[in-house]
Amino acid sequence: MLEIRELRASAGDTEILKGITLTVNPGEVHAVMGPNGSGKSTLAQVLAGHPAYAVTGGSATYLGQDLLELEPEERAQAGLFLAFQYPVEIPGVSNAYFLRAAYNEIRKARGEDEVDSIDFLELLEERLKLVDWGPEIMSRAVNSGFSGGEKKRNEILQMAVLEPKLAILDETDSGLDIDALRIVADGVNRLQRPDNATIVVTHYQRMLNYIVPDFVHVLSGGRIVRSGGKELALELEARGYEWLEEAVGAAG
Amino acid sequence: MTASVETLVNKEYKYGFVTDIDSDVAPKGLTEDVIRLISAKKNEPEWLLEWRLKAFRGWLRMSEPHHWANIHYPEIDYQGISYYSAPRTTKPVGSLDEVDPKLLETYQKLGIPLSEQKVLAGVAVDAIFDSVSVGTTYKAKLAEQGIIFCSFGDAVREHPDLVRQYLGSVVPASDNFFAALNAAVFSDGSFVYVPQGVRCPLELSTYFRINTAETGQFERTLIIADEGAYVSYLEGCTAPKRDENQLHAAVVELVALERATIKYSTVQNWYAGDAEGRGGIYNFVTKRGKCAGDDSKISWTQVETGSAITWKYPSVLLQGDNSVGEFYSVAVVNGRQQADTGTKMIHLGKNTRSTIVSKGISAGHGQNSYRGLVKVLPKASGARNYTQCDSMLIGNQCGAHTFPYIEVHNPTASTEHEASTSKIGEDQIFYLKQRGLNTENAISMIVNGFCKEVFKELPMEFAVEAQKLLGVSLEGSVG
Repeated sequence: MLEIRELRASAGDTEILKGITLTVNPGEVHAVMGPNGSGKSTLAQVLAGHPAYAVTGGSATYLGQDLLELEPEERAQAGLFLAFQYPVEIPGVSNAYFLRAAYNEIRKARGEDEVDSIDFLELLEERLKLVDWGPEIMSRAVNSGFSGGEKKRNEILQMAVLEPKLAILDETDSGLDIDALRIVADGVNRLQRPDNATIVVTHYQRMLNYIVPDFVHVLSGGRIVRSGGKELALELEARGYEWLEEAVGAAG
Repeated sequence: MTASVETLVNKEYKYGFVTDIDSDVAPKGLTEDVIRLISAKKNEPEWLLEWRLKAFRGWLRMSEPHHWANIHYPEIDYQGISYYSAPRTTKPVGSLDEVDPKLLETYQKLGIPLSEQKVLAGVAVDAIFDSVSVGTTYKAKLAEQGIIFCSFGDAVREHPDLVRQYLGSVVPASDNFFAALNAAVFSDGSFVYVPQGVRCPLELSTYFRINTAETGQFERTLIIADEGAYVSYLEGCTAPKRDENQLHAAVVELVALERATIKYSTVQNWYAGDAEGRGGIYNFVTKRGKCAGDDSKISWTQVETGSAITWKYPSVLLQGDNSVGEFYSVAVVNGRQQADTGTKMIHLGKNTRSTIVSKGISAGHGQNSYRGLVKVLPKASGARNYTQCDSMLIGNQCGAHTFPYIEVHNPTASTEHEASTSKIGEDQIFYLKQRGLNTENAISMIVNGFCKEVFKELPMEFAVEAQKLLGVSLEGSVG
């Protein structure tokens, strides 16, 4: 589904990703972990096409297409979804209106008919259950005045509506209390299917108790320094990131 | 903003065509003789000619207001403009069947359904082409309820007493430079009178169109809502694309008597000039309403997307006790457009209330100024004002300016002023793109959200139109 080879990216003059190689197949859950500043959020943003980053080397192939050639909206229309670490407020635009516009853009790109607001409302009511929300959230302006937890939950609601093929969750667990974390993780788990994949970007192992990864990758200094199964996350939790960084330092 | 957000791609102005029609144009220049000619062409009574001449003599002693307004333009040669232009085939017409088909075609191109069969349910239209009114629809139906909706010229002939009583009663001929110019040379416009206790069942609408080169448009609108009456009035405007600037100096006067309500909505889309600032309309307009009676209400809503320069301050004189004034405004500047717009709320009566919501959007090299006066006079005890003034910037080369003036002469009054300036964020655009919207749809969604409080004040059809127009005027503001 996603093949990343030796991907390098910079923000201004600073190189942040220094050669990332990663393969994600349908049905898999990958966790990307690492200390602050290791480049894990940058990786998520670069895959989504954020204009603040320039790709300086390597390649990324998504569903047979050169991902890096696509505009951000084309990536979204092709089923790549980023749950933002800091969801953005759009004052005056209702959540329902925004979600339907996004849903219809993605349908149009797939050659399907747009849905009207009545049909969409039905779909929405059903998806709202996934995040344990009532319909009142839909008339509020997108993320405007939302609490941190509500914003994160809104990201997962969007994911539930847009049904991506590849979902990248960027620090979705940060700022969530334990109950909200469970709701969000449950939502993500219920959206798992054999034909889609998820990349969970996180600093802490906590999230991975709920969304259990098939693979764990540890980023440090813009490189993947170790990959393993879910037990790697537990080891990190027990020993901290310094252990790995020291190990890598010694090896290098 | 990155270069991609800065790239300017200019889209064509959709209404920039010229109708090839033979016009009766007055010689260029402004003298007492030209004013006599205009008055004679319109078969006006002597008192109106005198009123015009007095205004003209006053105008000669005035100077242009660009010394205080935040707008910049080369000296206007008032002797280089023709002050009267009429499509030659248009005589006073009894029904639309007699209107030149070319004119009807023009209005069709503009999406203004003039033929009565096609008129949108609930909208009666008066269309002004250059200087004359070419057809008022639904006139007869409105007359059944005693509502007068006709061209200004017809009103002078058919309802001279009403015109004489109210003309200049809100905006005197000596009010300001452009109002005086208008009073001297105004050619046509719309007239509305809604009698006591009548709720006008249709949205009344005027469509203004400047066609002929080197002419100005100087229309005058007068709306009177008698005791307990209600009327909602809509106004739209377009002009052809030309390299030279054209002057539009209109005057609108509203009078609301006791318990009357007037709602006045404008969607202004005059030609804005090209990307380098060549051509476009100078939109120098005086609009003012008087809440003359107790418990009356006047509400202005404007969506200003066109014109090279906009200079207008739709205002309300809150004379009656408990009267209400409102001003909801969206002003967009792109390319080299300049706008200096806002309102004046003058509180004279007790417990008068006013609300001002202004949304300014600046893109390209546009300069947008909000200028608003809230004045509470000594007798206006319990007066209240709420002002909200938000500016949005798209790109790095545009400007937003706010000039609020608050004068309170009564200790029991309360005024509130809130202002904000935001920049359309790359993060907002990226967020929407990540959800599948392209850049233009993303911008349009963000801007429409920003303007929501104003759009919800517009009548339904107009709100949809305004949203589309906003999208069009910002097209190309972001690459």
